[in-house]
Amino acid sequence: MANELLAEQISKEYEYGFVTDIESENAPKGLNEDIIRFISKKKNEPQWMLDYRLKAYRYWLTLEEPHWAHVTYPKPDFQNIIYYSVPKQKKQLNSLDEVDPELLKTYEKLGISMEEQKRLSGVESRIAVDFVMDSVSVKTTFKETLAEKGIIFCSFGEAVQEHPELIKKYMGSVVPYADNFYAALNSAVFTDGSFCYIPKGVRCPMELSTYFRINSAGTGQFERTLIVADEDSYVSYLEGCTAPMRDENQLHAAVVEIVAHKNGEVKYSTVQNWYPGDKNGKGGIFNFVTKRGICLEDNSKISWTQVETGSAVTWKYPSVILKGDNSVGEFYSVAVTNNYQQADTGTKMMHLGKNTRSTIISKGISAGFSNNSYRGLVRISKGATNARNFSQCDSLLMGDKCGAHTYPYIEIKDKSGIVEHEATTSKIGEDQLFYCKSRGIDNEKAIGLIVNGYCKEVLNKLPMEFAVEAQKLLAVSLEGSVG
Amino acid sequence: MLSIKNLHASIGGKEILKGINLEVKAGEVHAIMGPNGSGKSTLSAVLAGREEYEVTEGEVIFNGKNLLEMPPEDRAREGIFLAFQYPVEIPGVSNVNFLKTALNEIRAYKGLEPMEAKDFLARLKEKQKLVELDGKLANRSVNEGFSGGEKKRNEIFQMAMLEPKLAILDETDSGLDIDALRIVANGVNKLKSPDNASIVITHYQRLLDYIIPDVVHILYNGRIVKTGPKELALELEEKGYDFIKEEVGA
Repeated sequence: MANELLAEQISKEYEYGFVTDIESENAPKGLNEDIIRFISKKKNEPQWMLDYRLKAYRYWLTLEEPHWAHVTYPKPDFQNIIYYSVPKQKKQLNSLDEVDPELLKTYEKLGISMEEQKRLSGVESRIAVDFVMDSVSVKTTFKETLAEKGIIFCSFGEAVQEHPELIKKYMGSVVPYADNFYAALNSAVFTDGSFCYIPKGVRCPMELSTYFRINSAGTGQFERTLIVADEDSYVSYLEGCTAPMRDENQLHAAVVEIVAHKNGEVKYSTVQNWYPGDKNGKGGIFNFVTKRGICLEDNSKISWTQVETGSAVTWKYPSVILKGDNSVGEFYSVAVTNNYQQADTGTKMMHLGKNTRSTIISKGISAGFSNNSYRGLVRISKGATNARNFSQCDSLLMGDKCGAHTYPYIEIKDKSGIVEHEATTSKIGEDQLFYCKSRGIDNEKAIGLIVNGYCKEVLNKLPMEFAVEAQKLLAVSLEGSVG
Repeated sequence: MLSIKNLHASIGGKEILKGINLEVKAGEVHAIMGPNGSGKSTLSAVLAGREEYEVTEGEVIFNGKNLLEMPPEDRAREGIFLAFQYPVEIPGVSNVNFLKTALNEIRAYKGLEPMEAKDFLARLKEKQKLVELDGKLANRSVNEGFSGGEKKRNEIFQMAMLEPKLAILDETDSGLDIDALRIVANGVNKLKSPDNASIVITHYQRLLDYIIPDVVHILYNGRIVKTGPKELALELEEKGYDFIKEEVGA
């Protein structure tokens, strides 16, 4: 039985493991100031941007890789990575017809049909997509529609050219280059990403989405995302990621910054499905990401929802600095690890303003030989009167070779603060599976049902379009893990 | 409908069933009684396809098909339903969603389209009434936070929804008060038809006051040692299991 299921799993393993045969232009391997100048020049950047990169690089040289996370992996050889890889394009593109057909096939395999997106433009529920492959943003849809409302949604590179005042003002304001080892590295070598600005009083009429794809071998992906919600504005933002199956480990070190002004609200949802490596733990993405938002002014709100199923090693703590009074931070997470995957993920909620509230719901699922850790910090600073936090961290174990760990840190400097923490650990039971089967539901569907039930509180937070994908993904990721 | 011949089954190398023979025809209600440890629950688990049990000998034919070769989900799809002695909780999965999934899986197996939402809802309402199940329970997570009685009623509710050909009730009466017992039995009786059959496994005669069996079997030490009409249950209740033990010379 177990063998059959395993065989089934191997055959289905990772749906997005294809490689697109597309010509790309690469920088030479390795990292030094010349490479950074090369990237900056390729991107036609102004001097201030290059200066920022070099400053970050020089600082990075003084840093040691962090080791406090509950993960082990071979240290990446930073001189053996290609820091710039761009699908070759002959000229500026005006329509989809001019896009490399191989690239269009990639979109289709990933389930992003640009044509469909175009055709659906009259329909109420729409998603604008920025597609980032390797080091560069390939295509952003719905730009014109959004522009009518004053919304800026473009690649980061474009924003540096077109909106330098906004980039200068906000970039590094939430995650400074000196924040940590990988943030510094990213600040030095980032190649593209998405930028989004919602002006005062505007409710973004559609979901904004960035789809990240690592394609070329030997490359690292270092993108930056910056989202700014001005006063009284709202945006829901989605991020999806996949990568081909390769035996080598590839590094993904991104930085995401969110700024919410007075009464502004940003909802950020991720379905992270980087290649997790094979069943023996070979290959897979190292996902070392710094994500942070700041509720800069009063009554603002930032909400992170993540479904993490991919990557060989994940190191990621989407956080919120609650600076404005009455601001709200939320973190809803499902992290799944199977086979030899390792995840150390969680959040930080830093309460600075009065009456600030935060909620943390974390659901970890471990299967195979994997290790899944929740690490979270709730800090209530002095003067953050009547701040409140509620944390719930649940772990679900499938099988008896995996591990679940919880590291909650709580620092309360203001007596009026109230912090609640709940945690549970449970095991998916043969009994539950058999109960489902005895009702005519097969193993695969049963696991899907049980796991989705367990994650319900988090999945409910995802936008409709994403929730369905996430549910399927959970079932696929865990296939064959109980048998 | 169901034909069990010389069924031997063991768990962890220990033989529990030592040659069961049983014939159940459509329209019949069979009661299986027996003392603790006689193999009652093992028999129901083996029929439903629980993998921990190893069938070492014998055969089970269900409507012309070899039941023992089927995975548990296919047995359910063929029309076997096991009402659990200890129903399992599935947090976060609503009863409605659970039943819809099960029903449509069974339909798909038979080559049928998923049931229309409105038909499903109509059936849901009708069957809820049958077991006097509060409408709210249907929307709650499967068995989560249900009382013992609610869990058992939920089993009968599921059975009513899935309309099996053969229902196996494993100690459905255990832990029920007299009102719940009446409701559960009432549900079972109403679902009885010339086309389906049930096997009622019980320790006590009590349930058989409400569900009148056509045949009563006494299971002892892994074998059916006595078969008789419904009066056998009364005799057993009166004399206790010791009389069986004496009779079979154990």
